[in-house]
Amino acid sequence: MAGAAVKTATGMELRDAAAIVTGASRGLGAALARRLAAEGARVVLVARGAEELTRVADQIRAAGGEAHALAADVGDKDAVHAIAGAAAALVGPVDLLVHNASTLGPTPLRLLLDTECEDLEQVLAVNLVGPFRLTKVVAGSMVLRGRGTVVHVTSDAATSAYPRWGAYGVSKAALEHLGRIWAAELEGSGVRVVTFDPGEMDTQMHRDAIPDADPATLADPAEVAARLLAQLRGGGVAGAAPRGREEALS
Amino acid sequence: MKPASWPRDDALDERLLHIDPRAGTLQDGRVRDLARWLRAGDLCVVNDAATLPASLAGAGPSGAPLEVRLVGARAEGRFGAVLFGAGDWRTPTEKRPPPEVVAPGETIVLGGGALRATVERLSPISPRLVDLRFDREGAALWSALYRHGRPVQYAYLRAPLALWAVQTAYAARPWAVEAPSAGRPLRWSLLLELARRGVRLAAVTHAAGLSSTGDAALDAALPLPERYDLPAATVEAVAAARAAGGRVLAVGTTVVRALEGCAAAHGGGLVPGAGETDLVIGPGFRPRVVTGVLTGMHEPGQSHHALLHAFAAPDLLARAHAHAEAAGYLCHEFGDSALVL
Repeated sequence: MAGAAVKTATGMELRDAAAIVTGASRGLGAALARRLAAEGARVVLVARGAEELTRVADQIRAAGGEAHALAADVGDKDAVHAIAGAAAALVGPVDLLVHNASTLGPTPLRLLLDTECEDLEQVLAVNLVGPFRLTKVVAGSMVLRGRGTVVHVTSDAATSAYPRWGAYGVSKAALEHLGRIWAAELEGSGVRVVTFDPGEMDTQMHRDAIPDADPATLADPAEVAARLLAQLRGGGVAGAAPRGREEALS
Repeated sequence: MKPASWPRDDALDERLLHIDPRAGTLQDGRVRDLARWLRAGDLCVVNDAATLPASLAGAGPSGAPLEVRLVGARAEGRFGAVLFGAGDWRTPTEKRPPPEVVAPGETIVLGGGALRATVERLSPISPRLVDLRFDREGAALWSALYRHGRPVQYAYLRAPLALWAVQTAYAARPWAVEAPSAGRPLRWSLLLELARRGVRLAAVTHAAGLSSTGDAALDAALPLPERYDLPAATVEAVAAARAAGGRVLAVGTTVVRALEGCAAAHGGGLVPGAGETDLVIGPGFRPRVVTGVLTGMHEPGQSHHALLHAFAAPDLLARAHAHAEAAGYLCHEFGDSALVL
């Protein structure tokens, strides 16, 4: 917040924006990283598996984009400053932070009665506590500069009590509320907090959760990525997704 | 003055001594009271450099243990560094054994062999000050530095520091190798309270370097030239504050150095962009941009204390030091604060 004036969070310029995308080695994260780089953003890709991640980053660079691969686990407390610091060293103070990484926990998905406490803790660490920590480290600089966008990728499992989706659904419900509270606290700072529900996509994660789903009924992550970026470019609340919900919380 | 040996639980509750150079008065307070001494229209400039874990344990060309403390990035894959002999932060720097003498072209192995650096150049100031070229660049290098580096720290601390203990609440690029510690106690509740009261906030990024090496020639040359980046928004905010009669408060000596160094290099005016400054500020220096400074408690004789003479008379600073010592203020990076304004 460069001044006392209240800043209205508006749509962001993606060209030259410094962006972090977590869970960027496949699915929606990889699609978002590709799309952001194609629009001229400088993108830091984060995921656990170095090999897959490096392949995506190499493809983006081969296509003329700027991409940097940071292999790290967003659920690991010790990794948070390494992600934020290395990213800022590589692309400058971060303008866009997309919390896309998430885990279902063990699959096939289990009833709560069969869910190990440690598995719930692990799901919360990756899907909720990790995003909180990373936002906490990155958003202070955004508030100081009076601009920035944080995106939480959620799911309709946050609001619908689907049997067997317990750990994941609880983590996403909490993540959505975390987004609301961030937005309330950052109101007037120029920093925007967006919760985005991509709907059901044709991804490995979806296959892990629902192996027998018909891919023809599932959205292409590239199209969903384009929809999110359109929402980020515009300042306001985007129209409802074909499936699921999109909310601009600030 | 006694050093703080560990971060305290509530940074806002740490002590703050207000030194009023015009009235010649001293007033005890707490960090949480900062707004009491600022007014609408004032500008608070912070150093938004994050702190790199800049200490790396390794071995020299002969295999003898040594410690590398990075002093700053030079270019892609290249860093300036100071070499220390065997041991770590638990030994006071002046009691550390010297490192083996290295020569250009020789290799230092870090992180148990995970990372290597080639010596490119020795400084004429001291053969312990070297330019290193790492065996990788970009994301691979930054990841390795974060994996194998530890925060630079000194013997008065109780235990190894976690990386989050040396960051400010608004840190971005990891340009500092020691925390820009004047801003360490500032929490967002306080910063947003200042903003609500009409105090503007702005940032510079300044690559704060090492404060001590234990090498007499090197310590005499500190602070080394340090790079900074001054955003256009901050140049505008300084101009707006001055035009409206507001004061410019530098949070930390690094901010004073960046702003005054930039002004000195540009005929007194601020120019946005990246630069490097070798400006050393002390008695007799007339600040052109900065009105006052929020800083830690410094001992007479330190370069940080000498800098305060640009903002307050020697007798007032001497009284402030005597008062702080008698009242039990703590010094160093986790210590108490002084506001000279």
